[in-house]
Amino acid sequence: MPPIPRIGAVSEPVISIRGLRKSYDELEALRGIDLEVFPEEIVAVLGPNGAGKTTTVEILEGYLSRDAGEVSVLGVDPARPTTAWRERIGIVLQSTTLEPALTVRESLQQYAGYYSEPRDVDEVIGLVGLEEQAGTRARKLSGGQQRRLDVGIALVGDPDLLFLDEPTTGFDPSARRQAWEMIAGLRELGKAVLLTTHYMEEAQFLADRVAIVSEGRIVALDTPDNLGDRRQLPTTIAFSVPGETDLSTVEGVGQTLSHATGEGGSLTVEVTTHEPVADLNRITGWALESGIEIRQLEVRRPSLEDVYLELTDA
Amino acid sequence: MRSLALVLHEFRFAQKVFWRNPASVFFTALLPVLFLLIFASIFGDDRIEELGGVKVTTYYIPAIVTLAVISATMVNLAMNVTIAREEGLLKRGRGTPLPPWVFIAGRVGNAIVISGVMLVVVTLIGKLLYDAPIPWERLPAVAVTLVVGATAFCCLGLALTVIIPSREAASAITNAITLPLYFLSGIFIPESEIPDGVLSFANHFPVRDFFEAFFAAYSPNTTGSGFEWGELAVVAAWGLAGFLIALRYFRWTPRNR
Repeated sequence: MPPIPRIGAVSEPVISIRGLRKSYDELEALRGIDLEVFPEEIVAVLGPNGAGKTTTVEILEGYLSRDAGEVSVLGVDPARPTTAWRERIGIVLQSTTLEPALTVRESLQQYAGYYSEPRDVDEVIGLVGLEEQAGTRARKLSGGQQRRLDVGIALVGDPDLLFLDEPTTGFDPSARRQAWEMIAGLRELGKAVLLTTHYMEEAQFLADRVAIVSEGRIVALDTPDNLGDRRQLPTTIAFSVPGETDLSTVEGVGQTLSHATGEGGSLTVEVTTHEPVADLNRITGWALESGIEIRQLEVRRPSLEDVYLELTDA
Repeated sequence: MRSLALVLHEFRFAQKVFWRNPASVFFTALLPVLFLLIFASIFGDDRIEELGGVKVTTYYIPAIVTLAVISATMVNLAMNVTIAREEGLLKRGRGTPLPPWVFIAGRVGNAIVISGVMLVVVTLIGKLLYDAPIPWERLPAVAVTLVVGATAFCCLGLALTVIIPSREAASAITNAITLPLYFLSGIFIPESEIPDGVLSFANHFPVRDFFEAFFAAYSPNTTGSGFEWGELAVVAAWGLAGFLIALRYFRWTPRNR
């Protein structure tokens, strides 16, 4: 594994988990989770529903007990939470939890009162981009705006560590994009963030490191870019050629070559290869020599999604 | 000092939330007044011979005050704390530095203050519309009955959240408990119309005792200070039982998630 490319990595982790286990009756929800999160780092826990994401986060937040393992959050065992510790963490639960009758500003004022050194309420309104809705009651906000207020409430105590449990589940694409930009903006505040998600793009867009969980275990943990390379998945070269083309004349290309008939009788070809440069050279050389017109040429690196599917598919 | 300020902080927001919730305002503030107007218009200027010839309208003032206090405390808390629990608001509150008891104290304080407001409103309506006497000379008994009863029924409301499984069940369960007791305890129907057996059954529950304490404090036929210590002790005992149940079994996390 390459070294973690972060300055923060030299300091003490804000979250440290070793061998974390948790069962519900017969179901083994967590089967030995190991993870460290460092200051100012955004780590995404990515996995399908039921993988153990929320269980992990709720143990770290002090809501759930654990069966085994060592857990330290900001130097405190969350099974024995203290008021001083609560001052330093911010929590956004999986479901939006707002008092519908209070306005954006009132909601933030209420929670600000719980902390000894809260952040300025108007500044938080700006951070979550709700300036125009400051006087609007929570029940009248859109789903995306409500979730941003939810994040604002978690920020109002000025925490060192923020938990975001599936912050954008159920959003339409534009609301999701807005939420991402807001969360990415938190990086400038220097907060450590642990977020769970089942969206690959979300992990890719937001996280410094991604932990992929499946069936209660972390099956991969790295930067979004390295996750793809580490898994040694092949690159895909795709193109289309006229339907009557004789593909057998393409020599020595790739490990697999699949084709299907596309629109207008053309042939769509996909080559999966571990030598994309050499194969691309052969394909274009072959096309030039044979005078065949290649359309829609595309080279696709394995996406985080491909890695994710490979790791989480049973 | 900090704790007291926090309780006031929570109280302020509980007030805002209460008055902005149309259901709370209707059921707690308007419905008792509506009941008073309806009962008074039905029974008019009748007198209850069994109770020393007291006017029916005078009888209904402490009856409706009892109902209003129970609505503002037990019913209000059982419904709204259950909803807050199921919506995850209690869980979220537990994730902050706010001491859990402050969260409860702010809402209990709100319920007791609204009880006081309703007592004043109902008493004034009685005076203005029906010439029901204001019990100035027994004001200490009225105040003590209010505080003991409101506190006890707040505890019972918190205890009720323990058995209410979901927000949908909240109003069904609280109504199923309160409505029959209002009928049996002489709140809706003058107790002179209720068979003795039924009344002695109702005597097993705190609604009846609470009403009797208020009636003694309000009735112009009462001689003395109007304190019904025996009835108040029963109400307080019920409250203590509710408090202990809530202390032991109260849930901060949603049951239906």
